[in-house]
Amino acid sequence: MPPVFGVLFDGIAYGMLLFLLSVGLSVTLGMMNFVNLAHCSFAMVGGYVTVTLMNAFGWPFFATLPAAFIVAAAVSVVLERVFFRRFYRSSDLEQCLLTIGIVFISIAAAAYIYGTTNQPVQLPAYLHRSIDIAGLNLAVYRIVLIAIALAITALLVVTIEKTRFGAQVRAAVNNQRMARGLGINVDALFAITFALGSGLAGLGGALAIEIIGLDPSFALTYLIYVLIVVSVGGLGSIFGSFAAAMVLGVADVAGKYYVPAFGAFLIYLVMIVLLMWRPTGLFGRR
Amino acid sequence: MQKFFIGVAGLTLALLGGGGGATKAEDTVKIGMISEYSGQFADTAAQIDNGLKLYMKQHGDSVAGKKIEVIRKDTGGIAPDVAKRLAQELVVRDNADIFGGFSLTPNALAAADISAEAKKFMVVMNAATAIITTKSPYIARTSSTTPQLNYILGQWAAKNGVKTVYTMVSDYGPGIDAETWFQTGFKEGGGTIIGSVRFPVANPDFSAFIQAAKDKNPDAIYIWIPGGTQPAAVGKALAERGVDPSKTKVLGQDALGDETALKSMGDAALGIITVSDYDYSHKSAMNQEFVKAFNDEFHRNPDFFAIGGYDGTHLIYETLKKTGGKTDGDSLIAAAKGMAWESPRGPISIDPETRDIIQTVYIRRVQKVGDKLQNIEFDKVENVKDPAKARMTH
Amino acid sequence: MTSATAAGGISPVQYLQAQNRWRWSEIAFWLATLLPFVLAPSYLVLASQIAITALFVLSLDLILGFSGIVSLGHAAYFGIGAYTAGLLSKYGWGEPLTGLVAAAIAAGLFGYVTSFIVARFRHLALIMITLGIGLVLQEAANSAGWLTGGFDGLQGIHTWPLFGKIRFDLYGYTAYSYALAVLFLVFLVARRLIHSPFGLALRGIRENGLRMPAIGASVHAHIQTIYTIAAIIAGIAGAVLAETTETVSLEALGFQRSADVLVMLILGGTGRLYGGLIGAAVYMVARDQFSGINPQYWYFWIGLLLIGVVMLLPNGILGGLTVLARRLKVSS
Repeated sequence: MPPVFGVLFDGIAYGMLLFLLSVGLSVTLGMMNFVNLAHCSFAMVGGYVTVTLMNAFGWPFFATLPAAFIVAAAVSVVLERVFFRRFYRSSDLEQCLLTIGIVFISIAAAAYIYGTTNQPVQLPAYLHRSIDIAGLNLAVYRIVLIAIALAITALLVVTIEKTRFGAQVRAAVNNQRMARGLGINVDALFAITFALGSGLAGLGGALAIEIIGLDPSFALTYLIYVLIVVSVGGLGSIFGSFAAAMVLGVADVAGKYYVPAFGAFLIYLVMIVLLMWRPTGLFGRR
Repeated sequence: MQKFFIGVAGLTLALLGGGGGATKAEDTVKIGMISEYSGQFADTAAQIDNGLKLYMKQHGDSVAGKKIEVIRKDTGGIAPDVAKRLAQELVVRDNADIFGGFSLTPNALAAADISAEAKKFMVVMNAATAIITTKSPYIARTSSTTPQLNYILGQWAAKNGVKTVYTMVSDYGPGIDAETWFQTGFKEGGGTIIGSVRFPVANPDFSAFIQAAKDKNPDAIYIWIPGGTQPAAVGKALAERGVDPSKTKVLGQDALGDETALKSMGDAALGIITVSDYDYSHKSAMNQEFVKAFNDEFHRNPDFFAIGGYDGTHLIYETLKKTGGKTDGDSLIAAAKGMAWESPRGPISIDPETRDIIQTVYIRRVQKVGDKLQNIEFDKVENVKDPAKARMTH
Repeated sequence: MTSATAAGGISPVQYLQAQNRWRWSEIAFWLATLLPFVLAPSYLVLASQIAITALFVLSLDLILGFSGIVSLGHAAYFGIGAYTAGLLSKYGWGEPLTGLVAAAIAAGLFGYVTSFIVARFRHLALIMITLGIGLVLQEAANSAGWLTGGFDGLQGIHTWPLFGKIRFDLYGYTAYSYALAVLFLVFLVARRLIHSPFGLALRGIRENGLRMPAIGASVHAHIQTIYTIAAIIAGIAGAVLAETTETVSLEALGFQRSADVLVMLILGGTGRLYGGLIGAAVYMVARDQFSGINPQYWYFWIGLLLIGVVMLLPNGILGGLTVLARRLKVSS
């Protein structure tokens, strides 16, 4: 197979990572319209949990993943209870300011505790290898990443489509007032969804270390990419986030392979074009 | 209504009044460190500062009968307007005598204007673009220049069996500089450049670029990226795309072989060849003492940023000793010109014509020492002047 | 139809005239801006940069606070203005005032062209599109290193003395006077604009864009006009920065600058003209002070400041001060 497919495979893996990082923000933004710019801070928390558990306590990599999820979710629950819920009725701009304040604090805290260098993580040797499939060199780690992301996507889709909880989430995203009127406890629903979304971000952050590295500025650097995925995909749509993440991951990689001079531009141009065509996102409502 | 406006005015005054107004004591020398203490370049600033702190700890904080006071100012990243303002404030408000620090070229260039106008001795401890020292007659540099390192690497590669090279650099000033000088050195040595590409600056994923390089089948791939998260990402992309550094030489500058990068890359990094002016594994008695002292103080190894800070501080101390404590720019820069000493990295000196650094450039290969990966020096070129300025027609 | 009288009993013209009258608090504010000359002469360079940033924030307030257009890429116009003035100076013409005019034209043109896109979108799509435009411009400026100087920044800028006589000195007296004068003059224009039927139409668009055509105000035309004006003002601010600091680099049109100006505006209070100015002053002074105390972790204190303001002062600092003033007035 021509080597471009190897490159595309890497792009798909990158896209899956973006999906994990973004899906939580998409759903919470769509449901409660709460602008949470601190979303990538939770991802960062997850990343640092993995680093700490592996480097200081010697945990194996895969064992740290659920921990990253749980800790990020827990931190988000605390923040949601203490701060965020007072601002659900506030203007978008105030929510922006509040969450940016939290981002700044999280960056300073991470720099203070862990220092400003990129965090090295020692994965087991078998994850560092590549295997040869049909003449392409595919990294084992990326295969594992894609597998985990697909499993989580399947879990999310099943939850959203087949469970009562999922039905309530869909109702709340679609029409919050109506959902309340039907007796759905939207506030509790939101708290749970927020925790889940932040937990997924934390998991994404942990998985991201190997691919894009981790340092305190992670919370701001990846915020842009996450916002791009969320806006292009459409608020409140899991499938939208997935599709947008795939498109952007592949477009980014394909662009760099074929037209490297435009490599940096391409992802932004694609976003602008897609948003002009579909302002509410590929699968958004309203 | 009246009251609260008076209150606001008072608060503003309090804020403004609280921060400034230091008076000059005749027996202190103030060094204004202008660096990127926060933001994504914070680690390089931290290491430079560590070098400064260690030197001051080892040699005391007074020189030539005067006490040394260090004032730290943060530029936050690429912000030449801020750097210029900080330099100006150091002169006007804090009465600083000497400027130090400078990891980023745009900031150094902006502060250079103030150094020239206010006639202040300025020691560049990291920024590597060749033209910086030409911007003010009071600047000396103790780190390295991009042409100095990359030209030598290019020449070395051409002399050591590399006939074709594919170059890949980050698409911004230092990267483009590196590309130019590597290619010049390589072509002058008789080699052929078979292709080149420039990555976007904040590029997270290199596999597409590495694959394109591999497709061309060169003898060597030359990669230039800034430090931070990118070296590790490059290493992984090399491993994933099946580029074996022992078959296709992978050439780069110091950041590619940086300690955290090597830890993340793992064995995939074995065989990568880099050029640098310093590595903590350099074998000399002075360096071994330096590394031990550095580790005792800061619990990490020094790197080329730290040595820039350490030697920069040495330069400040020695020039002050030579001028007997006089702090005006003219005296200090005259004292700096031609000064030569043995640093933990090897012998270095300040070129009297260009005020830039002359040093030994080392070629290293990543090897396993015990169970750690290190850059082991195996070749070197001595007394390298900055080739860019040597070619500038003045 | 005679001139309609509102339920309160005054005509629209009288209403606007009343709004346009100078309150003594405004006069006090502008007098206070002269204080740094006397009380803090070693801070004049910082003061000049605050004045420049305040002008930039003002331009964002016109589109965000008054018209409801949220832009995450407003620095594009600031950067274009800065590079225009810088390039003009580099290639031989360093006269500051004409530099401002050139910058205004360049930024205004780009603003006009992009306003066609901006006027068509709202909400998240608008935010992301403005962000995208800003990022694309930043990359383009980096790639065009032969023109912009790329990462190293534009070199060789020399600003001629103001009016041929007043040199830009090391202490910053000229810089601050110049920046303050430009800020004040542009502010007068913006103030007049806001307290006019055009300004009222903008507020109508912000509150309920769908309703406006029904009363005869074309939404598109208004948005395009104010967006172009805001771009011009941002360009002028950029030019003043280039001229007073004699440096321009990529961060002048970068995302960080766009984000910072948005934070400053929200901090100070949107839609009040003075809110932006106060927000810029508070943020920059706070940052300077925190950075001086603790260069590595000043982020932390700024974050705390932002959270504090959001929790205690809804509608920003100026909003909070207004509430406080009203309470003092009631009690006194």
